Amino acid sequence: MPDHATPSSDAVLAAAGLCKTYGRRAAVDQVSLEVRPGEVVGLVGPNGAGKTTIINMILGVLQPTAGSIKIWGFDLARARSQALAVTNFAAVYAPLPGNLSVEQNLRVFGQIYGVKRLSDRIETVIEAYDLQAQRKAKAGVLSSGEQTRVALAKAMLNSPRLLLLDEPTASIDPATARDIRARITSFARETRAGVLWTSHNMYEVAETCGRVLFLSRGKVLLEGSPEALIAHSGAANLEDLFVEVAHEHPATGEAVA
Amino acid sequence: MRASRVGAVVLRQIYLLRGSPVRLLPMVAWVAIDMVLWGFLARYLDQLTGPRANFTATLLGAVLLWDFLGRVMQGVTTAFFEDVWSRNFLNIFATPLRVSEYLAGLVTTGVGTSLLGLASMLLLATGVFGLDFLAYGAALVPFLLVLFVTGIALGIFGTSIVLRFGPASEWLIWPIPSLLSPFAGVFYPLSTLPRWMQAIGEALPPSYVFEGMRAIVAGGPAPWDKLAMASGLAAVYLALACLAFATVWRRAIRTGLIARYSAESVS
Repeated sequence: MPDHATPSSDAVLAAAGLCKTYGRRAAVDQVSLEVRPGEVVGLVGPNGAGKTTIINMILGVLQPTAGSIKIWGFDLARARSQALAVTNFAAVYAPLPGNLSVEQNLRVFGQIYGVKRLSDRIETVIEAYDLQAQRKAKAGVLSSGEQTRVALAKAMLNSPRLLLLDEPTASIDPATARDIRARITSFARETRAGVLWTSHNMYEVAETCGRVLFLSRGKVLLEGSPEALIAHSGAANLEDLFVEVAHEHPATGEAVA
Repeated sequence: MRASRVGAVVLRQIYLLRGSPVRLLPMVAWVAIDMVLWGFLARYLDQLTGPRANFTATLLGAVLLWDFLGRVMQGVTTAFFEDVWSRNFLNIFATPLRVSEYLAGLVTTGVGTSLLGLASMLLLATGVFGLDFLAYGAALVPFLLVLFVTGIALGIFGTSIVLRFGPASEWLIWPIPSLLSPFAGVFYPLSTLPRWMQAIGEALPPSYVFEGMRAIVAGGPAPWDKLAMASGLAAVYLALACLAFATVWRRAIRTGLIARYSAESVS
């Protein structure tokens, strides 16, 4: 595991005034969010709301037009490498290279993240994500569910302080998805890591996230615990609230976000 | 710069080469074909003109050195293309890996693969056609150094172009050595060229290598001063290529191209 030796902030993630504009169109508009240690925060919203844009900005692969991002006290703009060393992610649209085996992928990324005692750590994540049978298989020949488990295993390699999950259970059967949800919530609880979780599965969000941010057209419309949001809105559940919000604030349907 | 992260970039390439002999074949096959073709041509020309002209040393030696430059360049670009082909940018760049570490990994990979190509070329050129590579004397060291650094600079510059213009611009990269060879005087003195071509040739570090090679074969001394200048010029090009890559990378982060690279543009 990397040396997480110089923390300097209470929040694992502190994003302030994030904006991303393309020409005159704002994909993300003045979004501020915090993820505290041990907290699982849901980022939900219709397609095109700006969720992936926000995730990409936090991952340092998209520069905000304005605003700042601090990960475990490291300013992403000034200390990118340090900030990303304590971060990891899994996204359904970012499978690991299909021409390397599961084990080779984990070794390469483990080395990039500076994971200490890497061989032991690889064994741990392979076991945790039930990948023993696939360890020698090329990642490209695995089923989509297996590839998601490999991506999650990679995301856990460096025991991140901040874990970003973009629809992590989208390709997974319900039983495995439930197991993964339990694993990630206990990971956050036990290691005091912060998790930012996007999903279109509102039952999953309600079960997993302590706090939820509803996004639409690049802005945060609602924020609170799932229970509080439901109670405040009068909706029967989080999914009904989602549908209500999506109808009131339809997404632009444009490609970016 | 962390050696372990550079090592990770190299390790990925080692896994790919180990897992697929098809990747190893072009590193030796194309240069071997060149050696055979130009080796027989040089032998035939030696038979026609007598040994005094020494076409084996001038022609085959020139092909070998030029192919070496091409191998170095392709070693760097192919390592980069592996990330393009496997759509790995998001995974690789959303990590603590620095641009300098990534480039160092590509260059290290290029060093390894080009040395493999050089070894196979030397084996054929010396074993089958009797090229005495050591006849160039101590000048061989700056010869290889200049070609090596220029090849790395071209490789990094090529990756900048592909990063900027998307995967379809790959075809712009492969012919770069062929495009430069007429100006670099690989097979003839620069004085053969019209003045405007000479001016371009003089700006290319490999030109001094081939001029020096011909001078040595003709029995003259190695032009150390010009080779020193060529080394300096190659170092400047390498720095400029790194700057170009860093600039294009920053732009790709600003526009979001890194995250959506397969779309080729974000507009």
